[in-house]
This record gives sequence, structure tokens and C-alpha cells, in this order.
Amino acid sequence: MGVSPMTLFLLRRIAGFAVTLFVAALIIFLLLDLLPGDPARFILGINATPEAVAALRAQMGLDAPAHERFLNWIGGMLRGDFGISSTQRLAVSELIAERMAVTLPLTMIAMVVSVVVGLPIGILAAMRRGKATDTALMVLAQTGVAVPNFWFGMLLTLVFAVTLRWLPTGGFIPWDEDAGAALRGLVLPGLALALPQASILARVMRTALVDVAEQDFIRTARAKGMTKSEAIWRHGVRNALLPVLTILGLQFAYLIAGTIIVENVFYLPGLGRLIFTAISERDLVLVRGATIVLVVATTATMLLVDLCYGLVDPRLRRQGA
Amino acid sequence: MALVDIRDLTITFGQHEAVSGLSLRIERGERFGIIGESGSGKSLTALAIAGLLPESAAVSGQVLFEGTVLPDDERDMTRLRGRHIGMVFQEPMTALNPLMTIGEQIEEAIRLSETSEIVPLAVSALLDEVGLAPGLAARYPHQLSGGQRQRAMIAMALASKPELMIADEPTSALDVITQRTVLDLISTICRRRHMTLIFISHDIRAVAALCTRIGVMRAGELVEQGVTGDVLRAPVADYTRELVAASRMERRLRSSASLNDDRAALLRVEGVGRIYRQSGIWPGCGAPVRAVDQVELTIGTGECVALVGPSGCGKTTLARIIVGLDKASDGRMVFDGTAYDGSNLPPLLRANMSLVFQDPFSSFDPRMTIAQSLGEPLHLLGRISGEEREARLREAIEAVGLKAAMLARYPHEFSGGQRQRLAIARALVTRPRLVVLDEPVSALDVSVRGDILALLARLQAEHGLTYLIISHDLDMVAAMADRVLVMEKGRIVEEGTPETLFAHPEHPLTKALMAARLPEVA
Repeated sequence: MGVSPMTLFLLRRIAGFAVTLFVAALIIFLLLDLLPGDPARFILGINATPEAVAALRAQMGLDAPAHERFLNWIGGMLRGDFGISSTQRLAVSELIAERMAVTLPLTMIAMVVSVVVGLPIGILAAMRRGKATDTALMVLAQTGVAVPNFWFGMLLTLVFAVTLRWLPTGGFIPWDEDAGAALRGLVLPGLALALPQASILARVMRTALVDVAEQDFIRTARAKGMTKSEAIWRHGVRNALLPVLTILGLQFAYLIAGTIIVENVFYLPGLGRLIFTAISERDLVLVRGATIVLVVATTATMLLVDLCYGLVDPRLRRQGA
Repeated sequence: MALVDIRDLTITFGQHEAVSGLSLRIERGERFGIIGESGSGKSLTALAIAGLLPESAAVSGQVLFEGTVLPDDERDMTRLRGRHIGMVFQEPMTALNPLMTIGEQIEEAIRLSETSEIVPLAVSALLDEVGLAPGLAARYPHQLSGGQRQRAMIAMALASKPELMIADEPTSALDVITQRTVLDLISTICRRRHMTLIFISHDIRAVAALCTRIGVMRAGELVEQGVTGDVLRAPVADYTRELVAASRMERRLRSSASLNDDRAALLRVEGVGRIYRQSGIWPGCGAPVRAVDQVELTIGTGECVALVGPSGCGKTTLARIIVGLDKASDGRMVFDGTAYDGSNLPPLLRANMSLVFQDPFSSFDPRMTIAQSLGEPLHLLGRISGEEREARLREAIEAVGLKAAMLARYPHEFSGGQRQRLAIARALVTRPRLVVLDEPVSALDVSVRGDILALLARLQAEHGLTYLIISHDLDMVAAMADRVLVMEKGRIVEEGTPETLFAHPEHPLTKALMAARLPEVA
């Protein structure tokens, strides 16, 4: 056969990635195409003559058959051309790129913070299972899940921006003007986004580790001459990471969705706000472009998670399942 | 000075006393066997010696190792365990970390024991000692067979050059042939290393084959102990006598019907095969596996046919196809004149066969009452009245020697033996003609095995049932079956009555199976 199981595993994942993207693009296209409301009519206003609307439709390429428009759209995207925003009259790709410079770092910060905070809390709680530390941490995590992130964002602003004046209350200074200021502007929104995610991660990590701690191989490790916590640390954590990885992948999608609210709270010019305005102004070209970018980001994260699975779990490498 | 000296050990969980007032001395170099049924406290006793009892256990009494009381401090106890005690557990698949190669896991054991200098050399030496090729060090547990995993587990237990090895049911998850080789391996290693062994098992014959002294445990108490030969030849305690008696299986008397040779064929299996394709869409990624390959067999009405073979030989797959849980890739079955390939079995015909599974614990839905579980197969008969349903359930549960009042209970309220009776009742509820029994007694304690087999024999005589028994337990097969089929790699390789087949085995597999049988005790 000549193909190593690992290569096969990779090929299969990447093929799955491509198929998912295509199907997602098709669904986005159909949904927005079937949506009631004519973008040309929306741009020109209700008093426009039918001839003017027809002319604009032709100019926007809306009169071509559906499959042709779909293929044109896909082809354009592959060349990096996402179309022209109908409200802002700018290239969608540029608009998105500009906003991504805010949203991507914001999501990354939130992701890193939730992992760095959530996992250790989960591990600690599992190791101290049933004790006061465990209860306290889990109450904390429960609260973290329950608190809405816009409210937590406002609380953070009140403490760190208004009272202590350590960080700005909102707004964003572009990276090329002052990178330090840009980063400082992202700290509070990043924390607000990370809180519920960190709480969920902590809970999942704890549950997974408690399950793993009951497994026979932990007893084996103790029989070999490890204390209980050494056994859990050396043998348990890696096994418990498998379910955590799944959640981590799903969280990325939630984080991006969460940016829509948090960016509004902190007045950040991010992708979330771009999509929000685009939807309310019926800028379908922009909505479509931004949505597909989100889909690519989410699917790519899932691919990454799958590949991590393959790295962590030798059983998957062989089956390629 | 005894290596292990247990003085008045009592282990309690809440109100329940799991081990009560146990005293036991195990001398250096001895091979001590602890026999008992599930729940007798034998495993807890072993865990107490290693300081591995669950935290919820309350312990009183003393355990001395080399004359010193086991340390209370976790780190000291851990060090003692790591350097002086090696442990082997029942299920080697779950006892090994699935994400680490066995080489890494053995290496870790060596490091923890802090005895050896050159780790990589030591790993291959250990693998060699347990009969594994050095190349296997790079394998993950899922890439090994059950026997190889248990060997790896033993290598790990030996890493610290322990004075004491504790083996808790090390072979009960393995098939007969592998069981014998692993037992022989443990025996050889103990002799070579002059190592003390504590061997825990419910299988009196395995203990007899391996141990110099034995202790018999029942309900948390040590009811008898002594030199193996003496205890088994002249047991003092009634319970030991029962165990010894239960370990021998008497050939049951044949009814005249089953001796009749020209009975009508109830089931004919004609050239049945089952191919599993490995992982789907990419061509050429793994050859298809022939789990069942061109099997021909006939089962006559009222006959009891046994299918024996090592694990993975395809016997369970064949049974699943016969009762319609799987589809044959080629060939066909003919049941009472109707041909089918597995998936297209009509409900009424399906009602004429039933299946009893190995594990009576996992084969009942814990959230359904017994009446609900037992009543499920009745849908095969179409619409039946409430009274009819009631009557069928009562008939089935009384047939297996339980009371109709138990129908309202839930599975957790029954013992293992009772659950297997219920599983048999569920199989009888449609009044089938053919019952397929997949390892019907191997998950049960020795003392109830005899009862279940007697029950099966009585039901067969009373209802004129036909049995297909799947097993790797040759003694059970010899006691029950009219005819035995030996299966290897999906094919039937030998066939005959138990008397002729076991007296003059021809095929190498049959010979190996016979050779792996443990000698009768006393």
C-alpha cells in the first residue's frame, strides 16, 4: 500500500475539511439567496423606478442564473475577491482583513486565557475531589458559566478602567499606530470573553480527570510506585485531554460569536460589529463574505483539533476513523 | 519471619464489613493462592497488602511486610510498593495506559523502582523474560493481543525485582490456551526468581496448578487454609467441599431423543461467510477480514451442539448471523425449511430462536423492570392480549426457578446467577425452538455455574429445545454437548462427539485446546 497510517489519517482529515467548506459555502449562498428582500431595491430605496432597480441588479450580477452566481462567487473567493460591499462601496476582502486584525487577536487572547486558567483549575479540583477546594472552585466555575459576558465586561471596565484607570474603557487604536495601546485595548474584552469558556473548560477537565482517575491504569501506575497525584498527573491528564480537545474546538466557534456582543460593549471595530451592521443594512455581499471567513476559521480549528487527536491518541492513527 | 503477616484485618465500607478479622501469614518463596467468589473480599485483601485500598474503606488490624507494619505516609507506602511489590491485574487492556507504548510504561516502572542502571537494556531483558520480542516495546497496548498485554503487564510488575508479586485474576480475561501459557509463565518466573506469589482467583483449578498453599475466602472470612494438596484432597470446611465439587463437571445423562441419529435438521448453515471491510472510502487501505469463512453445519431438532475456539475465531459472529443480528456476506441459512441470510429473518421465525449473552450484568437495561425486559421479545409474535402476555412472562420466569412476584423488580436487585436465569427466561418467552448460548456461564461464579447448566439441561428435556452453545470452556462443553465443532480463523476445522473428539483430537487447535486444560483437582 505504501501509505503510512499517519499520512492516510491526514489525507482523510483534509479531504473532510474541503468537503465541509464546500457544503457550508453552498448553504450560505442558498440561504442568503432565498432570503426575502432585494438588495438592489434596498440600496435604491422604495421610490426607485423598476428600471433603475433592474439596471442595478444587472450591474451587481444578480440577474444571472443561481448556479452561475454561485460558481462566480466561489471562483472570486479563490482569487481573493470577495466582491464589493453594497453599502460601503469597498472591497469586502479589505473590510474583513481590517476587522480581523482586531477580532483574531481578541479571540486568541480569550482562547489562551481560558486554557491557561480553565485547565489548571479543573486539574486542581479533580485532584482535590470532594474536598473544600474542589467545591469552591466548582462554585466559581458555575458562576462563571452563569454570568453573561457583556455584564462581566462592564464590571471589568468599572474596576480596571474607570476606578483603577489601568486600561482603556473601550475603543481601539490600530496596531500600526501604537501596538502597545492596541494590545491594552484588547485585554479587558479578552478577559470578558474568556470567563465563561474558562469555566466550561474547568468543569470538563475536572469531570474527564475524575473519570480517568477511576481507570485501571491509574491503579497500575500506583502499583508501580507512584502516589495517587503523581499517577493522575503522569497518566491521567493526557488521557483526560481527549474530551477537553473536543470542547476546545467547539469553543472557538462560540468565541467568535461572542465577539459580536463584546465588541459592541467595548466599542471595538471588529468582525462581529462588521457583521452586525452588515446584517442590519442588508449588505448581503458583505454578510456572505464575512460568514464564509468565520466558517473557514471554525472548520480550520476543527481540523486542527482532529490532528491534535491523532497526535495524542495512537489508536486513532491506526484506524484513521 | 513471614514476608507478609496479616493480623486481624477488617475492612469496612460504611456499614458493610467486606473483610472481617482475617489473619494470614505468607512465607518467603511461597506461592499462596486465595480462592473465593466475587464479593468474598479476596481482592480487597490483596489491595490492603499493597496499600491500594479505596479511600472510602475503613481498615482495622495490621499488615506487616518483612516484619514491619505498612507505613501510613503515602510517599513511604508508595516507595515500598514500587520497590518490593509487583502487581498484575485482571484486565490487561484497561490496566495499561492506552496512550503510551508498553516500552515506555515498563521503563517508567524501572525508573520508579530506582534499582536499574541501564534502562533500555533492562526493558528488552524484561520483555525477553516474559517471552515478548524486543520490537514489541514500541507498540501501544491496542496493537497487542490479550495474552501479549498480560505478558507486558507481568514484565512491568517484574521491573523492580520485587520480593512479592500479587496477581489478581490475571488470566480470567484470557482464552483457555492463553490462560495456560500465562499461568505457566508466572510459575516459571516465580521459581527462577525465588519470588513470593499471591495469586487470587475464583478458578480452583488454576490455583491448584500454580500454588503451594491456598486459603479459601467466603463473605470476608478465611474459612480454610493449608497446603494445596491437603486442602483439596480433604477439605475441612463445607464451603471448600462445595467449591471442589463444583469445579468438576459431570457428564449429564442423555435423553433418548438426543441419541437418535436420524432426527430432522432444524437449522442448516450453508457456506456462510462474513467479510468485514476495514475503514471505508479510500481504496486499498487494509485487506478485508474474513471473520467467518465458508461455514457448513447442521443442527438437528433437540440436539445440543457446541462451538469452541479461541477468542477472535469468529464464533460469536457466526452466532449473531444465525439469530439475525448480522448479515452473511455469502451463503445462507435454512431454519425449519425457510432460507435467510441473517438480516431478512421474518419476525415469526426470529421468535423461534433466541440468544443468551455472556454477561448477565450488562445485558439488562438497568432502568427497565424485569417484566419490561422479559416482555420485549413478545412483539415478534404480533399483537397479543394483556392476559396472554402476563401468562407468558409468568411461565418463563417460573421455568427458570424464580417467582412471578420478581417481575416487578429491577436488574440491580438480583445476583449474577439470578440474572443469568432471567436472561434465559427472556430467551424462553417466545417459546423458541433454538436457543443460542454465548458463553452462558463464564461470567458466573463457579458455585452457580453447575446450577445454570442443570437448569439448561432440564429446560432442554422439558421443552424439547435445541441448543447452540458457544464457549471456550472444554469441560462445560464436554458436560453439555452432543456434538462439538472446533472453529479457527472463521472455519470449522474439526467436528465430533465430545468423547471421541477429546480422546483423539486430530487438528492442532483441538490438541492445543486439550493440552491447555488445567488438571482436575484432587
